[in-house]
Amino acid sequence: MIYDPIDIALTLAKIALVFFVILTMAAYMVFAERKVLAWVQDRKGPNRVGPFGLLQPLADLIKLLTKEDFRPIGADKWLFYLAPAMAAIPAIMIFAVIPFGAPLTLFGHTVTLQVADLNVGLLLFMALSSIAVYGVALGGWASNSKYALLGSIRGLAQLISYELSMGLSLVPVVMLSRSFRLSDIVNAQSGCWFIVYQPLAFVIFLISIAAECKRIPFDLPEAEGELVAGFHTEYSGMRFGLFFVGEYINIIVLGGLAATFFLGGWHGPWLPPVVWFVGKVLAFAFLFIWVRGTLPRLRYDQLMHFGWKILTPLALVNILVTGWWMVLRG
Amino acid sequence: MAIIKDIYALLTGMWITWKHIFRRPVTIQYPEEKRQPYPRYRARIVLTRDPDGGERCVACQLCSAACPVDCISMQSAEGEGGRRYAEWFRINFARCIFCGLCAEACPTLAIQMTPDFEICKRDIMDLLYEKEDLLIDGCGKSPDYNFYRHTGIGVTQPRGNGAGENRPVDVRSLMP
Repeated sequence: MIYDPIDIALTLAKIALVFFVILTMAAYMVFAERKVLAWVQDRKGPNRVGPFGLLQPLADLIKLLTKEDFRPIGADKWLFYLAPAMAAIPAIMIFAVIPFGAPLTLFGHTVTLQVADLNVGLLLFMALSSIAVYGVALGGWASNSKYALLGSIRGLAQLISYELSMGLSLVPVVMLSRSFRLSDIVNAQSGCWFIVYQPLAFVIFLISIAAECKRIPFDLPEAEGELVAGFHTEYSGMRFGLFFVGEYINIIVLGGLAATFFLGGWHGPWLPPVVWFVGKVLAFAFLFIWVRGTLPRLRYDQLMHFGWKILTPLALVNILVTGWWMVLRG
Repeated sequence: MAIIKDIYALLTGMWITWKHIFRRPVTIQYPEEKRQPYPRYRARIVLTRDPDGGERCVACQLCSAACPVDCISMQSAEGEGGRRYAEWFRINFARCIFCGLCAEACPTLAIQMTPDFEICKRDIMDLLYEKEDLLIDGCGKSPDYNFYRHTGIGVTQPRGNGAGENRPVDVRSLMP
């Protein structure tokens, strides 16, 4: 295979663009979350830094960077320093396989608006989303703190409850599009979004990704009312910031994946494809914030009960029904 | 069916929070916007004067005794004609809990609460208010009240000249 320098340059440009956009969006997600939560609670939210508080993420960043980088006595040094990166990097890596716009033509080259169009994109997502939990588990374990350890145990208990139903809810998507490649899945929805065929799978996936990005009602690993801050109790400064921004990157990425799998990715009438994609991602982000403003936290036996006894069987039945339907339709 | 009920409950909650997103925030942006407290709001304590301009405080120590945190202290003295006053009078606002018991205890309505709640200071010693800081020129909430006009102790006027007070009775002339 011969690599054209322009292709390589374009790929690097795409990577830089994705990094920049994702990190900026994640920073402003924090701001948006604080604003929307404030509105839900009849407050105003951050409005001191810059116009309408729009420079708040910058102020937060400066604060986190200038804070002391603290390591508790007895903490496992390497794992403690490694864990935040292990939580944040897989989250942003998942975005590599998400197509965020229709292919463009630049300098006579066809540019797919997707960093890597892998033929196992969906499996890569499943693998990376499981790796991200290692950051939680190791960070909590390496902190030498009981709250952090309890948080990471809950994180693992949560992982084994939602991961299976998340994977199973995506099987009908693969059956319908007959591909693990995310661009094929998007193209298969150019006529009709999969949410129309698979509303149940969509609901299961939505609940599972709420658990995946550790959001209320499934924020057991951090449960600030019970575990101080859960697995990142002992972290400070930019290491805490990495955990934090990793969670918001996760929201964006999982929102993008939900849009890709069920809402037709960048497909949509009238508006440009990239706008459709970003709009869908932001709609999911808003949904997560809204749910956070509404629901209480589940106990973790309730979550495991829900994951294993309700979501997983439902997802299996859904796969069977989809299979029968596809056979009957031929 | 229980599940339909549960989903209905979830959606009801979501609908309520959705409505609240568009409601006007109740926040008051404090340094820019200020809420006007009610006239009987209990904040900074003042010492008032009677309508004639004299100090109302007679240094009876009742406020100091009533104070649950012991933040009031004073030294009583006696002026010409037997009229009592406070030689010095000190309220430690760093300790004061603004309960209002001193104002309730005051027999001469001298010590009163005002709605001025902005008494933060950089130095805690600045919260120690002396008599000259506490004393105001007006009568506060009871503009017409003068303690000495109602009591018959004969300090500022002869016995029997107080408002609502009967003349002294000559017991020897009281015949059946």
